[in-house]
Amino acid sequence: MSFLIQQTLLYAVPLMLVALAGVFAERSGIINLALEGIMIFGAFVGVFFVRLMQGTEVFLNAAQDGKWLTLQGLELLAMLAAAVMGAIFSLLLSFASVNLRADQTIGGTALNLMAPALVLFLVRIIANQNTLQMATGDAASWFMIKKTTLGFDRKADLGFLGNTFLHKVYLATYICILLFVILSIVLYKTKFGLRLRSCGENPQAADSLGINVYKMRYAGTTISGALAGMGGFVYALTTANCAATGDVAGFGFLALAVMIFGNWKPLNIAGASLLFGLFKCIAASYTSIDINGDGVFLLKNLSEQVSFFGAHFYRMLPYIVTLIVLAFTSKKSRAPKAEGVPYDKGMR
Amino acid sequence: MRRKTGTLLEREGTRTVAASLISILIGLVVGSILIVIVGLISPNLGPSSIGDGIRLVLFGIVSTGRNAAGVLTWGFNPQNIGNMLFRATPLILTGLSVAVAFKTGLFNIGAPGQYLMGTMATLAIALGIPANAMPKPLLWLLAFLGGILAGALWGCIPGIVKAFLNINEVLACIMTNWIAANIVTWFFDATKVFQNTVENTKTSYIYKTTYGKTLVDGVWTYVEGNGVSTAKLGLDKLFPGSQVNGGFLIAILFAVGVYILMTKTTLGYQLKACGANRHSARYAGINDKRNIILSMAIAGALSGAGAALYYLAGNTEFFWSTYQSLPAIGFNGIPVALLAANNPIAVVFTGIFMSMLNIVGQQLRNLTAYNEYITDVIISVIVYLSAFSLVIKMFLTRRSKKGKETEPTPVKAAVPAAEPTAETVTAEPEVEGEEGGDKA
Repeated sequence: MSFLIQQTLLYAVPLMLVALAGVFAERSGIINLALEGIMIFGAFVGVFFVRLMQGTEVFLNAAQDGKWLTLQGLELLAMLAAAVMGAIFSLLLSFASVNLRADQTIGGTALNLMAPALVLFLVRIIANQNTLQMATGDAASWFMIKKTTLGFDRKADLGFLGNTFLHKVYLATYICILLFVILSIVLYKTKFGLRLRSCGENPQAADSLGINVYKMRYAGTTISGALAGMGGFVYALTTANCAATGDVAGFGFLALAVMIFGNWKPLNIAGASLLFGLFKCIAASYTSIDINGDGVFLLKNLSEQVSFFGAHFYRMLPYIVTLIVLAFTSKKSRAPKAEGVPYDKGMR
Repeated sequence: MRRKTGTLLEREGTRTVAASLISILIGLVVGSILIVIVGLISPNLGPSSIGDGIRLVLFGIVSTGRNAAGVLTWGFNPQNIGNMLFRATPLILTGLSVAVAFKTGLFNIGAPGQYLMGTMATLAIALGIPANAMPKPLLWLLAFLGGILAGALWGCIPGIVKAFLNINEVLACIMTNWIAANIVTWFFDATKVFQNTVENTKTSYIYKTTYGKTLVDGVWTYVEGNGVSTAKLGLDKLFPGSQVNGGFLIAILFAVGVYILMTKTTLGYQLKACGANRHSARYAGINDKRNIILSMAIAGALSGAGAALYYLAGNTEFFWSTYQSLPAIGFNGIPVALLAANNPIAVVFTGIFMSMLNIVGQQLRNLTAYNEYITDVIISVIVYLSAFSLVIKMFLTRRSKKGKETEPTPVKAAVPAAEPTAETVTAEPEVEGEEGGDKA
């Protein structure tokens, strides 16, 4: 059970954060189809940052001496770097869709094409292969928080909660959850959030009341880019062993689906991402899921008896479920009214 | 989106071409700048490689490799040109696929999935039917049509959910892409018989279609040369050593066909009317739901045809364990269509241009320390620019109209900026109320 919760969170948390990134952009009136691309870019930046910093003595010594707080600091810095570069990358989208009133779908697609191309181009030159890994060690030995890092004995039993949330976890997961909560409050309980949302509903009205629609849309997309970049790095760190491959397996698009399924509302999005995280987790490790800890691997046994429920089926499942869920919810879903429409001051 | 009036057609057309050319030029410049930057920073790349890199990006298609002294040589390279035309074949068709959907107001990002389903059907038919069961041209045609049908059916799915359930076709397409990738892998994994076991080290690939299913001593085996492949039509004599075949000409025929369909037939008119405004089209008595599905089906059929032509060439192999990646040919249909401003005839040329970039990337990888992904960067820059090709076109119009009557420029700052004071406060309850009503 602990394993299931941990694995689900690993997938759900980046998804949640990136879906919130989508909300910030769309609530301000910009369709951010580029989430996938920004994630890819953020993952690359974060991994590259870690790789560079691993060369410095401070962090090398910290890794040798087991100063885990310093290493957690490195993790946070890498997240920050990914967020900053993600925000800068997303400026390409804001510039095209706010200043030039370009088609946002095409602009986003361009960024989705650009990110993997640019990342693979650079990765090939830096690492001479298609994967950029950490210079030494792996994500688990450098960044994972275990019982022993917290000073507990190797054999200590921390109880169910302790085992689930303090052993073999990443700080990044909790930071993301915290950010998610804070930003949801910002979006719904502050003046800034209200103004941002008004630009996605009726920009003309917002403008007539003195809100600078262009600025708000820039703000929305930039926050969106920062979150997506950070989410990309967190995804790479926690599920891909801190490696950048120019690919996040359609995670950014899945986040878009989660956003629509969650009806552009943070709480629903959190629920939806947990659901999708569960499916992703099942797909990735259905053979080793032991729900009640009695040594019976239900899904593994099922896959052995009925070959239909094998790896292929579970890999496909998140996407099929997305489609079905969208089919049921899209009639009711209510997108921000002005999303995707370039704001033109002269228009009525 | 793009307004077209009969009298302005010619000037509109020239401006579209000019905008595309400017996009291409900027794309190439950005690519060159990237090469210079990376060349200056990276320790394993020297100044000479920067020069080589830029020259290859711009003129890679006429490169003939390096001579004994290690200097790049240039000239007509029939192998490169032939391969360029061969790789253009599926690109033209996926480009047409995206263009048709665009014309009808849909964004077909599902071309990779449709392409994969077309691949699966084509290979299953070409390799599944015994080679001597029917004449080879008939088997070829069957496999080709199978690919088209599979693509069309797969394209229908986003169309159906868009028409009846109002799901954004972009999301539906992306989901069906990944589902298709998994289905194809599943199919070839489960059937096993199509995996290449004759040649060692090729088990992760499917047989080429030149392998025919033949009964040898009571056991079905695959024998090289017994299968089908697209007729060369003399093109191999023109471009010796390349993969080119008659499929390229079929692609051109398809482009002409799509052009006729979209501009000369009632169906094409209805499809475009739906794209322009779904609701007014329905008001005019056009069945909008049927047309949305039909348009996606046509788009899917074109992608499937591209896959069929690519794999029926007989000299291409399919890597079947594809569940983690989608074919780039499918995605590259988007830049092909955008660069051509969705004109079916122009798609032929932009398709050739894109495959030229592909060859250029290959040359870069073989001849310098750079790699082929730089061409993908160039393509993405071109797509980015085509997103606001309208702005470039407007810029061109303004330049050409300088001195003549000044065009009514878009009204800027017509609304006097209101003071952001007390009025902002009054706005808040209003929006909040709307929000609250939504939750209820």
